[in-house]
Amino acid sequence: MTEVAPAYYLALAGLMFSIGVIGALVRRNAIVIFMFIELMLNAVNLMFVTFSRIRGSVDGQILVFFVLVVAAAEAVVGLAIILVIVRRRASANVDDVSLLRW
Amino acid sequence: MIALVVFGVVFVFALGCSIAMLFAKNAVHTALFLVGSQVALAVAFLLQGAHFVAAVQIIIYAGAIMVLFLFVVMLLGVDRSEVLVEPLPAQRQVALALGVLLAAGITYVAVMSVDLIGGDRTQALAAINRDPGNVLAVARTLFSRYLLGFEATSVLLVTAIVGVMVLARRVDSVTALSASTPSSEEREVA
Repeated sequence: MTEVAPAYYLALAGLMFSIGVIGALVRRNAIVIFMFIELMLNAVNLMFVTFSRIRGSVDGQILVFFVLVVAAAEAVVGLAIILVIVRRRASANVDDVSLLRW
Repeated sequence: MIALVVFGVVFVFALGCSIAMLFAKNAVHTALFLVGSQVALAVAFLLQGAHFVAAVQIIIYAGAIMVLFLFVVMLLGVDRSEVLVEPLPAQRQVALALGVLLAAGITYVAVMSVDLIGGDRTQALAAINRDPGNVLAVARTLFSRYLLGFEATSVLLVTAIVGVMVLARRVDSVTALSASTPSSEEREVA
């Protein structure tokens, strides 16, 4: 089976990461911003897997496992924080949470 | 040839779902497009011989984490529409321009780094996947060289669970606990 060159996978990961950055900058709903952060983590996972293939070892795949665990913990804590904010302010818009802004 | 066709489908599907995320107004639609791009990425993992990671991607990401996201979206009210008026001037244009610049930069550096690492050693990974198998190789590496990190992961998970339990507790139940016991009992009776 012929393989696709790793550079194409890296390009896909780079494009997806950039879309995640744009989305996190443009959208205003806190939950949607979290989804774009997950998209960025996914793109980084694809990069890890591709580099693992280039280097010919499974170490990159282990790092994907760690990224996954950290992403799960981050999503759970972040969503709980959003839940508390929505309970207090009745809005998930990030512009309403400006108490600490100078 | 087949790998090329599958990669083309994965490429278009993943990028299409990611771009559709940007334009979906409903949070549920955004979540579903995210699931689509994650499934496409799982296929990309499979194509590169990362079998364990592909399975975990489907089970944990597309399964558990996205269900959690949808649960919170439903809990906060699905019909709540996002305010699409941009309060900051030129925020979208600047974000788009910087994003395109970032994409070009990342792609350039990543493609250059392939040569920097020293060529394609795909055959080595294919040999590992054939002889002990992908899952066994991952397990052996994880429980030998990365054992300390693995243990730290469990500490992180326990910390996250405790933190979420403290965060998500209702405030009035906390005050009821800290208040004197007879008054709270009276309120319950009443």
